[in-house]
Amino acid sequence: MFIDFFLTLKKHKIPCSLRELLDLIALIKTDIIFADVDAFYNLAKVVMVKDEVHYDKYDRAFAEYFEGIEQIDIFDTVLPDDWLRKEFEKHLSKEEQEQLKSLGGLDELMNTLKKRLEEQKERHAGGNKWVGTGGTSPFGAYGYNPEGIRVGQDKNRNNSAVKVWDKREFKNFDQDRELGSRNIKLALKKLRKFARTGASEKLDINTTISSTAKNGGLLDVHMEPERHNAVKVLMFFDIGGSMDEYIHTCEELFTAAHSEFKHLEFFYFHNCLYEKVWRDNQRRHSETVDLEEIIRTFGADYKVIFVGDATMGPYEIVAPGGSVEHWNEKPGSDHMNRLTSHFNKVAWLNPQPELHWSYYHSIDIIKQLIGNKMYPLTVDGIGRAIKELS
Amino acid sequence: MFNSTENYIASDDLRLAVNAAIALEKPLLIKGEPGTGKTQLAEELAKSLNCQLIQWHIKSTTKAQQGLYEYDAVSRLRDSQLGDARVNDIGNYIVKGKLWHAFEADQRPILLIDEIDKADIEFPNDLLQELDKMEFFVYETQQVVKAKQRPIIIITSNNEKELPDAFLRRCFFHYIKFPSKTEMEQIIEVHHPNVKQDLLKQTLEVFFELRELKGITKKPSTSELIDWLKLLIADDVSQEVLLDKDSDIIPLFGALLKNEQDVSLLEKLAFMSRRNR
Repeated sequence: MFIDFFLTLKKHKIPCSLRELLDLIALIKTDIIFADVDAFYNLAKVVMVKDEVHYDKYDRAFAEYFEGIEQIDIFDTVLPDDWLRKEFEKHLSKEEQEQLKSLGGLDELMNTLKKRLEEQKERHAGGNKWVGTGGTSPFGAYGYNPEGIRVGQDKNRNNSAVKVWDKREFKNFDQDRELGSRNIKLALKKLRKFARTGASEKLDINTTISSTAKNGGLLDVHMEPERHNAVKVLMFFDIGGSMDEYIHTCEELFTAAHSEFKHLEFFYFHNCLYEKVWRDNQRRHSETVDLEEIIRTFGADYKVIFVGDATMGPYEIVAPGGSVEHWNEKPGSDHMNRLTSHFNKVAWLNPQPELHWSYYHSIDIIKQLIGNKMYPLTVDGIGRAIKELS
Repeated sequence: MFNSTENYIASDDLRLAVNAAIALEKPLLIKGEPGTGKTQLAEELAKSLNCQLIQWHIKSTTKAQQGLYEYDAVSRLRDSQLGDARVNDIGNYIVKGKLWHAFEADQRPILLIDEIDKADIEFPNDLLQELDKMEFFVYETQQVVKAKQRPIIIITSNNEKELPDAFLRRCFFHYIKFPSKTEMEQIIEVHHPNVKQDLLKQTLEVFFELRELKGITKKPSTSELIDWLKLLIADDVSQEVLLDKDSDIIPLFGALLKNEQDVSLLEKLAFMSRRNR
């Protein structure tokens, strides 16, 4: 039962174990849902997926498992009339076909469907009426069967399985995390700044002993707060273009940093730093963050780490309008200077082998801009960078 | 079975998640943007199932052991110096934690472990056995505390730290998405049943516009919207003021924006739009 489904999830690299599968089967046994593929979609999601970064993979796996059945996103495309009809007929039993006739035949049905769809489009703003709402639509009748064609009947667009697993709403969360090498984590560990903040939780033995002694042997307890890592880190990743070949190393670094620092913020840029950076590559053109805003938001005590190969045309750094992607009023070097003058500690990690650096003019310029604090993206290089930062 | 209550709207998938967790008696881990009602879920669940709610709010200094019990060695030492008779029974110095209370409740309680990500990284790992077997051992008194019946456990997280796999295995997981406009209307209807339809529409428009504003540091969420509405109604802001796109600034914006940078951004935008006219 559901073994194939389980294996499909596994194939899409969703971390789930036999335990979850048994849970799912136990839940199905309790009759909490009955023959409803939408509910099954949600239920299996609750049981099998333990982190929203995997929601996207789950949607893909689910779509693959129920392949060709629910994948049609009716509202974004023209209705594939012939296709639908074929699928319809293939899955209808004799009685159902009789029933269909009583509704005026398949053509009539398709027409009604189309009309409803048009209505749906026109009333998009209100958006609470779907084809098949209230169970009166003939299309809803087949919805219970995962093999059937279901044309959403849910009042809420967000919850309709058709919509959700095809639109892959959670695409952005997926960091495609490689389990980073422990070495990087160890190197990053050096960037720890222990501070005693918060409530007094730990017994301060030295003070307790001395003050008990002063107290004539009557116990006088003293507490002190525990130490924890208070360092704050801001990371800027160069993305795309020549960085593609280093993506694996960068991912490892990213994962390691993510788990090591409590206060970690990260942004992306392309080639050189300009007036805007972004947090999300999918929406890099619509949702950008101004550099000014970053300088305003984060205090000078944040440690800044750039990750990039700094390999580009020199004009991309020093000339206005030098960016390969947009027109920049001020040269990239201005923005670099602006940032480095605000933050106290800045370092640049370069995935290029250190030996090759001298072949690129642009690396030299960047190196000067950040005051020679460029290190190779190796465990040793990270160690050196961290030493500089701390 | 859990359903939306008179002041809480639960989406279908959330309801299913809760019911699944109740059915298999597993902890339910809830994540989502701040202000989407994660903590409130436990309160409303307790109300709807009519059972006791035990809340355990996690701070950065909270230790797993504190949820089980604490042995107050210091006061025992002090008592012994003063020659108190209580000293002989170690049980006098065992302070019960929230989990213990939940385990020994007569009627099945709901245990809320709020903001588990605030605690130390090892915190969830220290609770594995307790959440799985619903029992623990008290070393000082050599006694096993076993749950009379497995409590319903709701765990919330704001995603500040990643939770260990072994812990996640033992939970069901649900991510509360930000509600859509229609859901939002339902939520407001529940909190302010008498709000005028057109006023509501207008506020929602302003609200979603504000959420989409670029460069805002803390996007306003559902709970902020509800607070804002409360203020608008209390202040009796007329519809015209709200509808007036020419006015300088959104009335009572302080309820929506919690950050001075955001406020100044809004003021700047308002100033610019005025100048453009």
